[in-house]
Amino acid sequence: MTLLINNIERVRLLHGVKRIRCVEETIAARYSEGKMRCPTHLCTGQEAVAVGVCATLRNTDFAVSTHRSHGHYLAKGGDLSRMLAEIYGKSTGCSSGHGGSMHLIDESVGFMGSTSIVGGTIPVGTGLGLSVSLKGTDQVSCVFLGDGSTEEGVFYESLNFAVIKQLPVLYICENNLYSVYSPIQVRQPANRKIYELARSLGVPSETGDGNDVLDVYAKTSRAVASIRSGGGPVLLEFSTYRWREHCGPNFDNDIGYRSEQEYLDWKQKDPVEVFEAKLCGDEVLSKEALSEMERSIVAEVNDAFAFAENSPFPSPDQLGKYLYKEDEGASL
Amino acid sequence: MKRVLTYGQAINEALCVAMRQDRNVITFGLGVDDPKRIFGTTEGLVEEFGPERVFDMPTAENAMTGVAIGAALNGTRSVMTHQRLDFFLLAMDQLVNNAAKWSYMFGGKSSVPITIRLILGRGWGQGPQHSQNLQSWFAHIPGLKVVMPSTAADAKGLLLSAIFDDNPVVYLEHRWLHNIEGEVPEGDYRVPIGEAQVLSSGQDVTLVSFSYMTIEALHAVEHLEKQGVSCDLIDLRSVNPIDWPTVFESVKKTGRLIALDTASQTLSIASEIIARVSMELFHELKSPPVRIALPDYPTPTSPALSEKYYPRAEDIMQAVADLLNMTLDTDELIQSRTSPHDVPGEWFKGPF
Repeated sequence: MTLLINNIERVRLLHGVKRIRCVEETIAARYSEGKMRCPTHLCTGQEAVAVGVCATLRNTDFAVSTHRSHGHYLAKGGDLSRMLAEIYGKSTGCSSGHGGSMHLIDESVGFMGSTSIVGGTIPVGTGLGLSVSLKGTDQVSCVFLGDGSTEEGVFYESLNFAVIKQLPVLYICENNLYSVYSPIQVRQPANRKIYELARSLGVPSETGDGNDVLDVYAKTSRAVASIRSGGGPVLLEFSTYRWREHCGPNFDNDIGYRSEQEYLDWKQKDPVEVFEAKLCGDEVLSKEALSEMERSIVAEVNDAFAFAENSPFPSPDQLGKYLYKEDEGASL
Repeated sequence: MKRVLTYGQAINEALCVAMRQDRNVITFGLGVDDPKRIFGTTEGLVEEFGPERVFDMPTAENAMTGVAIGAALNGTRSVMTHQRLDFFLLAMDQLVNNAAKWSYMFGGKSSVPITIRLILGRGWGQGPQHSQNLQSWFAHIPGLKVVMPSTAADAKGLLLSAIFDDNPVVYLEHRWLHNIEGEVPEGDYRVPIGEAQVLSSGQDVTLVSFSYMTIEALHAVEHLEKQGVSCDLIDLRSVNPIDWPTVFESVKKTGRLIALDTASQTLSIASEIIARVSMELFHELKSPPVRIALPDYPTPTSPALSEKYYPRAEDIMQAVADLLNMTLDTDELIQSRTSPHDVPGEWFKGPF
């Protein structure tokens, strides 16, 4: 496949995956301090899908996501400090401390929300597409979903509606092979392919290497161009792998649901290291420039953690706030 | 000059007014543009506003609720319609997990202005899966508003308020009310959500009611008055939020409470009315509060079974008589009826 991407953009993609990796691994390292007091689903190992997809989207395009949404939020341009403050339960959090890790939002960059029920935002993103279609703009609505959600009824219901109305919706399925600890083999028949299933529903679809940010970028670029020109919904399935436990900061290859060897095999395809080595090997990026990139990422992430830690908690009298929209100023 | 519409026509007029006023208002649901037009309530809409804003939908209640939620996040106000509440239960995930929580869980960054029209039923053998009155399910969920109009004017006024509310509103309309008539104001007439209406004023007993039971209560109040008993009849109109000041003020005056409900009695709205009144006004009560609702069974289909299942005006009269420790005559009320127990009136010939 021909890649219409220059070296500056490649470096930007590398920065994107390294930044998300740094955020997730810092959360993992600091989680045991007990200050991030909410369930946290890290996307270490899956960064390339978020970065490759969002690099093809505009600020004005919409995105919605799942419980494992840190990467999607950040790649779409969501504010890092406010995300971490949200995970720390602080009033400066993107959801004012009412949401936590699983409920991120930054409407200023089109990230319209992530929720924690499997499949829950598939119809929401479809509805954003309906609204775009009614208003006649050329925005795209991107729905991040996992392989588990393709077993939910709303997946079929939503794709069916998107096809009927030819909605501008980009469905991105990250197939990481597991729904919590349940492998895809026990959940879907062996010869089933999610992208073929989408085709059977009338949604143009293809599959790609979710650990290769350039493959993700290329396939998504083509899909977005088609959607923006009125071609209707597209689903892309990207294979990838969750390195850490379903929820929490640890590795759990020893508890018996998957093998250490499987993890090591996927680690060989590390979406960060493999791409970094390629850019350095191709002399797109010098050692010095790489060091400077890493230094700036660490500095940004440390600053964001400091912001989160130093921010105030919401006042207890905010408990009843935001129940209804008109109650924004009300307290208990 | 008084302008009289049916409850169903009032709903239709509210939809027209809203859609003329704001092009972001759309309406969809199974049958909104079919030949029957949701019992006539969506008559003329597709012709005036076009198939982009008025459309039939796949039989996919859950996803389509999510679609309404997503569209709302970009400023589209959906009025979604289901011909039976029972059909909507598949969509409780999207309603409860997403719509009800969106404002709260994102710290007020956005909200979900959607209106879900659900039709409740009674009688004509609708049976276990075509006539459930599950208002307490919805009212139990923080973040939802739930309205249950009883009159034609309120059907219009509450629907317009629901559509232009910035939060999710469940609008429960009773099939037996679609043909009742009443004076309905013209134009953008709105009834505030959360305000009850006192339909009758009296001294002896407070009746708290909503939706179809308010009609039975009106019949009871009329016959009670003839026998010298006067009641406050409070039509709640909204069951979340509930207009507690109006309820409390009335009970302080009468000292006696009968709470009516169209649903199974246990954990019903009527239960909540009694609980709160007992907590707040225990020492003002002259007698224990009474609840008139359905027994805790699914709805039976045979008219022979449903006759004893549904409470009617005479049951309300009898409860009042018991509270006041007096004897009241219900014969005149019963004999004044012209239609069997399982239809709202002679106009109703089925099938649903």
